[in-house]
Amino acid sequence: MRIRLNGELIDTTAEDLAALIEDRGFDVSVVATALNGEFVPRTLRAETKLAEGDAVEVLRPMQGG
Amino acid sequence: MVDFYGRTFESRLLLGTARYPSPEALGQAVARSGAQIVTVSLRRESAAGAKAGQAFWELVKALSVTVLPNTAGCHSVREAVTTARMAREVFGTPWIKLEVIGDDVTLQPDPFALVEATRALVAEGFEVFPYMTDDLVLAEKLVEAGCRVLMPWGAPIGTGRGLNNPYALRLLRKHFPGITLVVDAGIGAPSHAAAAMEMGYDAILINTAVATAGDPPTMAEAFAEAIRAGRRAHEAGLMEPTDLATASTPTFGAPFSPFAG
Repeated sequence: MRIRLNGELIDTTAEDLAALIEDRGFDVSVVATALNGEFVPRTLRAETKLAEGDAVEVLRPMQGG
Repeated sequence: MVDFYGRTFESRLLLGTARYPSPEALGQAVARSGAQIVTVSLRRESAAGAKAGQAFWELVKALSVTVLPNTAGCHSVREAVTTARMAREVFGTPWIKLEVIGDDVTLQPDPFALVEATRALVAEGFEVFPYMTDDLVLAEKLVEAGCRVLMPWGAPIGTGRGLNNPYALRLLRKHFPGITLVVDAGIGAPSHAAAAMEMGYDAILINTAVATAGDPPTMAEAFAEAIRAGRRAHEAGLMEPTDLATASTPTFGAPFSPFAG
């Protein structure tokens, strides 16, 4: 299916958020996730199903002011 | 000691972690300034997948400082609230420096969205450090919403213009004696920081002025010294300026006087 990951259109076979994080090689321990603008806690990623056209944000710690 | 939501700190300098020439310069700036709190953010991981987040986070953890995550770049209540929730999970802290930008030219915070987002986050147990303008009524609303820390701007972010409106900043200090007040943004030189501390501000948040200095660690130390000096001056009690001169040397016994004594 086609989803938007951090603003970029991608094809994925991942069915849930946890699988997407795994497939993409993100560091599970330091990223936070949101689906369609809503925060998804780490503990709920596996049960959060992905659907065509979803917008996923995967954020990591960065320098900030 | 300065109090942030029940946690006390010796250092009154909060340091941003962005725009340094190297990670080493950031580490040295934190060490030389004695800063105990640094600001951090959350940004998109590259869609290709990467582990770049880990390196920066390891560096910050090695500094043994308290982190204050921000919601920089958010333009709406929803974005800011979602980002705050994400930050709480990643950084493991209820603290959030709440930024909701209302104007892209000045990066002025949107006061209306700021109050709304603050209410939502306080209800979820967050301890909010609102990045705000120096508006007195806005400050009242934020305190009503549960803020025990307020962070008015000195000048727009990154401009280094110092304290654009000292009158408004003084008014805030007078009006909220029990609230921890931090000047956040616009500080360009240690003298600006000292001036805010002399007014009785509790702390100063600096990023650009240190990070883009010719020698960031030395500038960080200079800021720390200025902040200490300003604080000490405030505690010592500054004199009131007057319009007319008052001789500091005793006039009694002055030489060449036609009068005795």
